[in-house]
Amino acid sequence: MSEITPDKVEAHGFTPEEYDRVLDALGREPNLLELGIFSVMWSEHCSYKSSRFHLKKLPTEAPWVICGPGENAGVIDIGEGPDGRKLAAIFKMESHNHPSYIEPYQGAATGVGGILRDVFTMGARPVANLNALRFGRPDHPKMKHLVQGVVAGIGGYGNCVGVPTVGGETNFDPAYDGNIIVNAMTVGVADQDRIFYSAATGVGNPIVYVGSKTGRDGIHGATMASADFGDDIEEKRPTVQVGDPFVEKLLIEACLELMATDAIVAIQDMGAAGLTSSSVEMATGGKTGIRLDMNQVPCREEGMTPYEMMLSESQERMLMVLKPGREAEAEAIFRKWELDFAVIGEVTDTQRMELVFGGETVCDIPLGPLAEKAPEYERPYLSREDYGIWANVEPLGALPEVTDIGADLLKLMASPALASRRWISQQYDSQVGADTLQTGGDAAVVRVHGTRKALAMTTDCTPRYCYADPYEGGKQAIAEAYRNLCAVGANPLAVTNCLNFGNPQRPEIMAQFVGCLQGMGDACRALDFPIVSGNVSLYNESKATGGGSAILPTPAIGGVGIIEDHAGVMTMGFKADGEEILVVGRKCAGSTAELGQSVWLREVAGAKAGSPPSVDLGHERKAGEFIRSLIDNRRVTAVHDVSDGGLIVTVAEMALAGGIGAALEAGAISAGKAYFAEDQGVYAITVPRGTGDTVISIAAGAGLVCEKLGTTGGDAITLAGRPEGADTIRCSVSLSDLREAHQRFFRDWMDS
Amino acid sequence: MSFSAAVITFPGSNCDRDMAVALETVTGHAPLRIWHGDADLPERLDLIALPGGFSYGDYLRSGALAARSPVLKAVSSAAARGVPVLGVCNGFQVLTESGLLPGALMRNESMHFICRDMPLRVENAESSFTNGFVTGQEITIPVAHHDGNFFANEETLDRLEGEGRVAFRYLDSCNGSRRDIAGILNAGGNVLGMMPHPERAVDAAHGGTDGRILFESMLNALAPA
Repeated sequence: MSEITPDKVEAHGFTPEEYDRVLDALGREPNLLELGIFSVMWSEHCSYKSSRFHLKKLPTEAPWVICGPGENAGVIDIGEGPDGRKLAAIFKMESHNHPSYIEPYQGAATGVGGILRDVFTMGARPVANLNALRFGRPDHPKMKHLVQGVVAGIGGYGNCVGVPTVGGETNFDPAYDGNIIVNAMTVGVADQDRIFYSAATGVGNPIVYVGSKTGRDGIHGATMASADFGDDIEEKRPTVQVGDPFVEKLLIEACLELMATDAIVAIQDMGAAGLTSSSVEMATGGKTGIRLDMNQVPCREEGMTPYEMMLSESQERMLMVLKPGREAEAEAIFRKWELDFAVIGEVTDTQRMELVFGGETVCDIPLGPLAEKAPEYERPYLSREDYGIWANVEPLGALPEVTDIGADLLKLMASPALASRRWISQQYDSQVGADTLQTGGDAAVVRVHGTRKALAMTTDCTPRYCYADPYEGGKQAIAEAYRNLCAVGANPLAVTNCLNFGNPQRPEIMAQFVGCLQGMGDACRALDFPIVSGNVSLYNESKATGGGSAILPTPAIGGVGIIEDHAGVMTMGFKADGEEILVVGRKCAGSTAELGQSVWLREVAGAKAGSPPSVDLGHERKAGEFIRSLIDNRRVTAVHDVSDGGLIVTVAEMALAGGIGAALEAGAISAGKAYFAEDQGVYAITVPRGTGDTVISIAAGAGLVCEKLGTTGGDAITLAGRPEGADTIRCSVSLSDLREAHQRFFRDWMDS
Repeated sequence: MSFSAAVITFPGSNCDRDMAVALETVTGHAPLRIWHGDADLPERLDLIALPGGFSYGDYLRSGALAARSPVLKAVSSAAARGVPVLGVCNGFQVLTESGLLPGALMRNESMHFICRDMPLRVENAESSFTNGFVTGQEITIPVAHHDGNFFANEETLDRLEGEGRVAFRYLDSCNGSRRDIAGILNAGGNVLGMMPHPERAVDAAHGGTDGRILFESMLNALAPA
């Protein structure tokens, strides 16, 4: 009787049509091991079967891009070091959503471990970690536990491996109640002549396994991450991997030590789908073949089957192809670091994956159907118009007037959306490496070790905008990353993305995906800001907790830029009393204020209505270049972009960061609520007293609006110079009240 | 004047490079890098530095396994000869675990890892590590640790205070340490353990240079009077 029953086919996540393709590919019925291998390789997580068609349309090239999507991470040229060495930045962002919901500490920790491996696999020393986290409503019964676990897991892993966690973003929305988002990003630096790729070449070359032993953990993790959460999530806990950052640290040092020699032909980390996907990807990339002897795989337990070995997602493991005769040299390095080292197979010319166990061939699959010819779907999606009807976003309608700006400002600063994230960031070692120059600003800044250069990095996405208008939301995520890099004085170079969406088999979810990607693509093209790496996480839906069904569309962006001389890094805090505060990129007066989908609308007016602010990409670029030129020419003393909460929140954050207040000019902005508008492409800056007019005229020459908003000084944010009356707007908030409001949310939540 | 320092690397150390860079920046001499398995150290050394990190993954207890590694025997005998030994963060934990310094470093009272700039008071500016400071001087040096909650019994604490062996004290709530102790000296004054990271406050780009004074102090201590 056949060992492959319809139940087993279904349990491995195949549709009947897909299983027919397996039969076609093999010309026979698979055995259980082969079925398992097809299952993980054709899972959404590994095959990108619903997303590939659309991902191909993203712009991925620029003169400074050394390697775009397709390898473990993207690689960009960041110029020469002082000794003439050509340097590269290597980076990527990846999701670990499902495991983090099931087991937050290990899920988040192994997410960090996995993305670190993607980067050092290519020859880079990791220099910075960032993250993008989305949680449900804070009063959801599981949420405090999830936040604590995820933050501890990110810190527990990153702190131990000695890579500083320098930035990230955290949002809350009920749409994530049953499916949180944990995206981790790593940035590394390598010599351009020491970049390693994954293509296995050289027939007969040894295939080497290094790192930890293989255990029974994480079996079918990739398949689990490719389905909605059902009611059985607690039972899925054994599919979550367990990480050991200590081993990862040893693995980083051992790999970099071996990479300093020329013994390596190819190298690939074992991430999702472990040994299966790493070996298939290496052989496919090299257009070769692979034969592995499963008896040689280092195992943690006795009696493991080839099925378990091939599908395990045990952490901290790598697969390498060495040049012939270099095994002893490599082994000595890995033994020194007390890591496993085993030759487990060889490169062949068969275009097949052959596995041998106990002298018998237990798997023999042609590579084509596993990878390049894996299923690919053009899933149906709603038109923009039909999506708008489905999303059912209310028109903005009439809004309440704001007369006391200060009261609303305090409310916003104390809200989960804008509250200080210090409770989180203090749990991360942000300084190890002694090259961290800035955290907590618009972008994190880390010096390129031993040079004057610095990398600026940011993660961004506004999911509520993406829901209301996927196209504009996609544009905005890219534009905001661009803006945050410009605000610290960096030249934006490239982005990585992590596309978190719901079930792609629903046309409305697919409409979100397609719309966001179109917006991102247009923004990347307009800003010369290509996408060099990324990850897709679909099926972020849950019925398990009574939460909302699908998450908000969350195409998280990780942007990287370069600062040639780190002495010029710009920060957001006010620097001195009596400086002029200017607004760049928006008329202070006027009625075009963008309040649709704003934080103010949600927190104060209690509505989620209207269109998100639109992004004018031409303006965005012009404003960014103008800000960078002001920074380069030392004309500004502080820069901060306008985002969640609007201009008044921008000013409040600058005041808190510098410990200096501000007096806003009466009448600069006539309508109170316009202070809370989230207009895009807008920056607040300070310039030394008496230089405002010069900067305003330079801006005019560049075709940009730039107006005076007020003056720094004092220990409060006030609206000065107009007698108070019932029909006038007013503001008077002390910095101490502001700081208390800002700190309150996490302190009260976590200490309660 | 040459300054001959050695930085020990254990498996899991992650501030060893930062310590070496700081030493070279301030003293002008690159320190030796010593692997934990090396049983011997050079006879003449002006400093042995035990860096921060997670030696042996903090398994068992932070610092416990490193304290029993081959190189620690050599460190102990050098310390007994009067060679200055500086343990920072995990290095401090190794020093208490090995008995070179009294007390223990427990999990932070908050149970959370804490990373932030920390105001400190210099309590003893006489030692070979702190002579560039003034007693009572307030300085800022970053902390980054999970197990920095210094504990010793009252008698030991009284003795440390009485003998001027408290080198630094936290000026802000940090980790629950008894008497806010951030760093202590051994009886001979040649072994300093401290949780804050002076190597992260050496150049202006770090946002503060108070840590630099600690390394300069060691140079001063060597200079002919």
